Amino acid sequence: MSEAAPKPILEVENLGIDYKIGTEWKTAIRDVSFTIDRQETFGLVGESGCGKTTVAMAIMHYLPRNGRVSSGSIRLAGRDLVDLSPNELRDVRVNQISMVYQNPSTALNPSIRIGAQVADVFELMGVPKDERSQRVIDILAKVQIADPARVVGRYPHQLSGGMLQRVVIAMAIASEPTLLVLDEPTTGLDATVEAEVLDLVSNLRDDIGTSVLYISHSLAVIRRMCDRVGVLYAGRLMAEGAAEAVFTDPRHPYTVGLLRSLPSSEIGRDEATLDTIPGFLPPLGADIKGCVYADRCAIAEDICRDVEPDLKPLTGNRFSRCHFPDRAPDLPRAVAAEPPVRQTETEPLVEISNVSKTFIQDGHPVYALNGIDLTIHVGETVALVGESGSGKTTLAKVLLGIDAPDEGSVITLSGEELAAEVRDRGQEDVGAVQMVFQNPDSALNRRHSVRRIIGRAVRLLRGVGRKPSDERTRDLLAEVRMGMEYYNAKPRHLSGGLKQRVAIARAFAGSPALVVCDEPTSALDVSVQAAIINLLAELQAEENVAYLFISHDLNVVRYLADRVAVMYLGRLMEVGPAKRVFGGPHHPYTEALLSAAPDLQEGARIRLEGEIPSASEPPPGCMFQTRCPRKIGEICETIEPDLVETEAGYSIRCHIPVAELGRLQATRV
Amino acid sequence: MSRYVLRRIGLALITLLLLSMLVFIGTQLLPGDVARRVLGPFATAEAVEALNARLGTDRPLVVQYVDWVGSALQGDLGQSITFSRPVTELLGRALVNSAKLATVAFVIVVPLALAGGVVAALRRGKLTDRIITVGGLSATVIPEFVSGIVLIIVFAIILDWFPSTATPPEGAGFLTQVHSLILPAIPLVLVLFGYIARITRAGVIEAIDADYTRTAILKGLPRGRVIRRDVLRNALLPTIAVIASQVGYLIGGLVVVEVLFSYQGIGRLIFDASQKKDFPLLAGGVLVIGVAFQVSMLLADLAYSWLNPRIRVGAKS
Ligand SMILES: Nc1ncnc2c1ncn2[C@@H]1O[C@H](COP(=O)(O)OP(=O)(O)OP(=O)(O)O)[C@@H](O)[C@H]1O
Ligand code: SF4
Ligand code: SF4
Ligand SMILES: [Mg+2]
Repeated sequence: MSEAAPKPILEVENLGIDYKIGTEWKTAIRDVSFTIDRQETFGLVGESGCGKTTVAMAIMHYLPRNGRVSSGSIRLAGRDLVDLSPNELRDVRVNQISMVYQNPSTALNPSIRIGAQVADVFELMGVPKDERSQRVIDILAKVQIADPARVVGRYPHQLSGGMLQRVVIAMAIASEPTLLVLDEPTTGLDATVEAEVLDLVSNLRDDIGTSVLYISHSLAVIRRMCDRVGVLYAGRLMAEGAAEAVFTDPRHPYTVGLLRSLPSSEIGRDEATLDTIPGFLPPLGADIKGCVYADRCAIAEDICRDVEPDLKPLTGNRFSRCHFPDRAPDLPRAVAAEPPVRQTETEPLVEISNVSKTFIQDGHPVYALNGIDLTIHVGETVALVGESGSGKTTLAKVLLGIDAPDEGSVITLSGEELAAEVRDRGQEDVGAVQMVFQNPDSALNRRHSVRRIIGRAVRLLRGVGRKPSDERTRDLLAEVRMGMEYYNAKPRHLSGGLKQRVAIARAFAGSPALVVCDEPTSALDVSVQAAIINLLAELQAEENVAYLFISHDLNVVRYLADRVAVMYLGRLMEVGPAKRVFGGPHHPYTEALLSAAPDLQEGARIRLEGEIPSASEPPPGCMFQTRCPRKIGEICETIEPDLVETEAGYSIRCHIPVAELGRLQATRV
Repeated sequence: MSRYVLRRIGLALITLLLLSMLVFIGTQLLPGDVARRVLGPFATAEAVEALNARLGTDRPLVVQYVDWVGSALQGDLGQSITFSRPVTELLGRALVNSAKLATVAFVIVVPLALAGGVVAALRRGKLTDRIITVGGLSATVIPEFVSGIVLIIVFAIILDWFPSTATPPEGAGFLTQVHSLILPAIPLVLVLFGYIARITRAGVIEAIDADYTRTAILKGLPRGRVIRRDVLRNALLPTIAVIASQVGYLIGGLVVVEVLFSYQGIGRLIFDASQKKDFPLLAGGVLVIGVAFQVSMLLADLAYSWLNPRIRVGAKS
């Protein structure tokens, strides 16, 4: 008698979910099946709106009020989760299944102390009252919260996002659940914090031996965390298999497209454009006869539009819902690989010298920028990187004249000093320095049409009348590759990527010399991000504009930037050509940032302990000394190193000589 | 926190100062000669002059204003022209009466409306919700004098359950007083109910949909406890401020109701003062209402910030 295979912990079978919109039920999830084995981590990946959260919420039995499971079953350890009585459901939630989701800042009750909220979990588990507070402290220590005895007395608003997410994770693992559901648990957190949280989750998972459903839009994060993955598109599972196989040898055109949209560390913007996925996700409940991806698939044939493919097994324990899985790797590119050709000039455009910005908050000074010196040349891209709170956005605002810098700061544009505040700048200067924001939703007036949004900027920045402005608006729309059909559209009718194009067109209304891009793609899906990055590269080649590109995504920075400036607590720590900064030897902070960035490749990781200190109380000595893994001793704590130009065009602020840093970093495994 | 309180009090004081100027300009200054307005077109010029001299209205405006505010600060709002009694004494008595009426109305409406709003939110989209929401909204638009008259006819005249005048007999006990105030309170309750219930409902729904409520439910906490601790606690906080802000409406409503039920409250007094052109009384009354309004808003703000840890405890340390 052969031994039966161990039963999976979670079995999702032919799951269908509908949402009621108006009076109609629309299909959001169709016929999704997958299983998660004991101690296995299964990843669900896909672009925004593909239905990841919907699946997770169905498993948690917590669909929105207008959602319903229309077919199929969800079984946890053999027990059907769809038809549970309220009491059984509570019991399952207390003991067997927990969830952590995006945005920890809203996940905890704002008016109850942390300790009491965590203690609930132990109360529900039946832990006697007098043991609970110790258990709370133990579990908080387990998720590596420093000083848990103090944290229990805090309210949620007193903790940072990373700390809150640890608290939520602590509550989720307290009962050592059979299944842990994580829905984008690190989206919105800094890369360094994300890396720490990911490490924490993997360690805890191994420690308590739980199974995990990990949901993310980030291929790199999924690749890092998961044993097996499912790729979701329009509520359909398109591909499934071992993470390794799905990502290194994809056999579905959608997976191939997603992977190609990601900027990789090997290829720069002057070598090739990024490939993109044309078109859009079909709308909710669309009636599609054949393959749901056919509209966007470069190798679709007639059969694809008529017959929906099954999720077919392939070699190597993989499944692909495609009629032609073997043609997927040779998918033709959606955009030509030929990169736009740029002029090469080295004339300085904007010179930032000794720029500081001190805010006064509750009577205390906050040093947001501290003696910044940076030159941006005509037509180049300078990337500004650093954790949130390092001062990137403040520098952008100072450049734009939204915030006036401190006395003694000087910013020149083509050799002439720029007025500190935008209202004192002439029309030409205002047009010359423009901005593209992270969130196009809040940056565009939702009541105005595209024509009005761009036209207004044209009239303001060029001082022309309505007629020439209409002409220029049409040209701009064409330049950002938007058709005339959007001329009179309102922002709410546009997708995120299209909105960002409008914002870019607006920034180019007055022929800018410098465009500050503050995280312009971080709210976008990878395929849309790729298209926007291509567009920025093209516009730069055409208009010879310089970019100050603020981003936390180091892969994007590596692809796009000519030079990189690394900021920490209002100070520049390292500035130099991108190849040099990424190639090393790096500043210890840059080294930590690079090691935190999720990547499709795996490598050893440097952990940054703790959080960026408050800019109102910067540490003595080197700004980075409280967290620096390479700190050499007292000198770091007492004397702040200068930003020293050690090679032409490359400067670094550290007491360790560059050659020594190189030796230290070479020995890293 | 204490800085916040100080700033809040300062703001209230500035508002009151502005109000006092407006009141002064509106009642003492606007259409010309005070004594002439009081005495009418047929009074002799000497009589007008004499009255002006007695009222002090022949002096420069700034002097009059400073004098008026100065005395007001010392608790002297002058003499009522019609009653020939100190304004403060008249207002004091009326204020106590109005406060009684307002208290009865609040004691009835606040629990009812909170409960109504919470029930409506918990039964969102169901019949109960619709009855409460639509019913509350309809009641809000009935003017007080309409509901007041209907109430008097039905409950005072036909059924004779309540007296038609709100003023209890001299020396009446507590219960008698309350009894006579219930009928006049109802028009106020009707108007306030829909409003408070709607705000409560919105707050509760927001809290039900909040992520922290989801966290609590997914922890496996019993529904009753989630509602009490996560939903109500966070939802009712902003409602407090809204309820307090209704004091402003209440004062307007009091005028109608007090006149209708012939009740000697502040609303009635101001109404009479304006009818009889008793400007010192009118000015004093409006000022006192302004103070009452500011104080109630201030208390509401303080209660709100004291109950809200985000304000009470401050941010990250
Ligand atoms: N309550 C709802 N009512 C109607 N439609 C909904 C509702 N919730 C989600 N949807 C729709 O269902 C689809 C799947 O949404 P879901 O939130 O599951 O996607 P997701 O993959 O989690 O996206 P994201 O990456 O943006 O979180 C989307 O088209 C979304 O607009
Ligand atoms: S089935 Fe056809 S349309 Fe669908 S992914 Fe495969 S090749 Fe493309
Ligand atoms: S100066 Fe010291 S603390 Fe600062 S980065 Fe260098 S080694 Fe680290
Ligand atoms: Mg989601």
